Amino acid sequence: MLLGELSEAFGVSGQEQEVRDLLYHAVKDLADEISVDTIGNLIACRKARQSAPHGEPLRVMVAAHMDEVGFMVTGIDNGGMLRFAPVGGIDARVVLDKQVVVGRERMPGVIGSKPIHLQDRDEPGAPVKFENLAIDVGAGSKDDLEGRVSVGDVVAFKMRFCVLDTNPSGLRAVMGKALDDRAGCALLVELLKTDYAFDLYAVFTVQEEVGLRGARVAAFAIKPDVAFVLETTICDDLPKKVDTTNVTRVGDGPAITIRDRTVVADQRLVRLLVDTAEQEGIAYQFKSPETGGTDAGAIHLVQDGVPSAVVSTPCRNLHSMANLMSLADYDETLRLIRATLLRLGPEDLRR
Amino acid sequence: MPVDVEQLLRKLSEASGVSGYEVEIRSIVTAAFSESADEVRHDSMGNVIALQRGVGDMPRHSIMLAAHLDEIGLMVTQIKEGFIQFDTVGGFDPRALLGQLVVIHGRCALPGVISSRPPHVLSAADRNKVIPIDQLYIDVGLRQTDLEGLVRVGDLISLKQDFLRLRGDMASGKAMDDRAGVASLLVCLDELTRVRHLWDVYAVATVQEEVGLKGAITSAFGLAPDLGIAVDVGFGHQPGVPEAETLPIGKGPAVAIGPNVHPKMFERLVKAAKDYEIAYVTEAIPGRSGTDAWAIQVAREGIPTGLLSIPVRYMHTVVETVNLKDVSRTGRLMAAFIAQLDGDALDAISWKLPSVQDGAAS
Repeated sequence: MLLGELSEAFGVSGQEQEVRDLLYHAVKDLADEISVDTIGNLIACRKARQSAPHGEPLRVMVAAHMDEVGFMVTGIDNGGMLRFAPVGGIDARVVLDKQVVVGRERMPGVIGSKPIHLQDRDEPGAPVKFENLAIDVGAGSKDDLEGRVSVGDVVAFKMRFCVLDTNPSGLRAVMGKALDDRAGCALLVELLKTDYAFDLYAVFTVQEEVGLRGARVAAFAIKPDVAFVLETTICDDLPKKVDTTNVTRVGDGPAITIRDRTVVADQRLVRLLVDTAEQEGIAYQFKSPETGGTDAGAIHLVQDGVPSAVVSTPCRNLHSMANLMSLADYDETLRLIRATLLRLGPEDLRR
Repeated sequence: MPVDVEQLLRKLSEASGVSGYEVEIRSIVTAAFSESADEVRHDSMGNVIALQRGVGDMPRHSIMLAAHLDEIGLMVTQIKEGFIQFDTVGGFDPRALLGQLVVIHGRCALPGVISSRPPHVLSAADRNKVIPIDQLYIDVGLRQTDLEGLVRVGDLISLKQDFLRLRGDMASGKAMDDRAGVASLLVCLDELTRVRHLWDVYAVATVQEEVGLKGAITSAFGLAPDLGIAVDVGFGHQPGVPEAETLPIGKGPAVAIGPNVHPKMFERLVKAAKDYEIAYVTEAIPGRSGTDAWAIQVAREGIPTGLLSIPVRYMHTVVETVNLKDVSRTGRLMAAFIAQLDGDALDAISWKLPSVQDGAAS
């Protein structure tokens, strides 16, 4: 399935080519115009095929980011071990004892840890730090890697996408790396298969994880009237001692953002999403406001402002190797955004 | 037919077999032993015992080679809100568990991942702390209602990892401790099919080493061999660990020396390595070896025992990294040692009292 292929593709922020090529082939027959801009965003435009009741069709931007968090090689030891730093926000603790893929050659490697038998008494409680870690590709020496691995090469987690549960009435959970935001990309491809009463600018953005960089540039060029961002969002739904918010829960349907750390979602669009969900019988949840940032944070401030909203599929273990998501939630997220877009009209942007 | 160590180790590493529940790995190893053994059987503990007979006159001496079959794993302790809590079977650093893939061996095999709360929701202080095992949960992506009836307290959980070939002769995967040792036994038995050896050779894939050397205790008693050699993994050199505490990688097996090893066994292993030009290093073990050798040495009336260690980086994690040539060298060294066992060998290894002439005053 496309989601699985996208999950396994290599595309750390700044090096999204492989993902872009995959998506290009997925959308080339669905779009009227396709281009790549200077920073690397893939922009696929599907013109209005239903007649707009009043004047010019709206320009609607829907964005999902192609890049995944990963690492960058910062040095190569004489012994052939690679020193590295994170690209995007990664908790060092989830990096221990994982398989990775390095650079242009997609060289396999592992990030190891010190056997517990050899640790000093105070080590087991000590925080994990990137500067103490290394990627082992099995090189005998630095010379062994001459011309094959360089400082600046990017590194991604290595994980095979898998389906955990096929029971049609269950969560239909899937597991893989980079579901943030390849799930959003896969949904965006699906959206291009429908006719709308507006010009749809499907933008597969770059470098979201290092500062919402691609989205800003794409939105400036497109000048959309309105923007939706398709993302994944964290769940805190493991058993907890203290009764605090879950942020979102897997199995409760698409999550609508009211506010996150980068944007206050446009109230009109939030109301449209909620009304659509209620009318279509789509279970939904609100994402709790304290955390996270998305491309909407950049898009809404571009030109003289763009009304923006975010719809997310809940996903456990974001920014680590094995993200876990429900295809039931994913399907409902698609249903919600497609139904919302089909209802969307200029009257929704009136104050 | 020379053994393809990479393919063999891939199969052994990826199979599940947590201490006490070594079912899957046992059938794979039994089939593999059958290719170069005259007989293969299981004892009451589940040890796999392969016999390759020698051609010496009866009563024939025997040597037991041991490598352990079991791997460290986890066990279900509680099922809560659709997630599974667990405890460890064998020794784990909790930091090595976060985010790892597992399989729960319940009513059916359930793949999942070891998870904890997202760092975004934790305080800055908590974000740095090691997450203890009682705050880790296994997520198999099922609702509580779907989980009941599929998983029970006490179900075994094995870690799941693809074998990964790295550069050079290096490879990485789970359970190299001690599937690398088991692979070396298979290399040895295969080599011996082309050698006319006098002694009987018992190759034993032992169970429950990680929880107390139990398979070694009972199989050594049962076989009552004249000599024993255990093969396990040793700490391979890795960044951040002083070289004096580790073994070089790619320089062959380490031949252990210390109280757990009979000095004559050490000497004969080193002699075999030199005679056959097999690369080796020496490993100083001043006390407990933490291997089956500790049990074999004191079985019955005592068995002269040797110990070989295959260097492995990142021990007791799912990215244990080993040099494939070291695995085959270890197998060939044991075969070389066995080829040199003649009718006088046992006598030469035995301790002697000083003779009357030696001790006499002038």
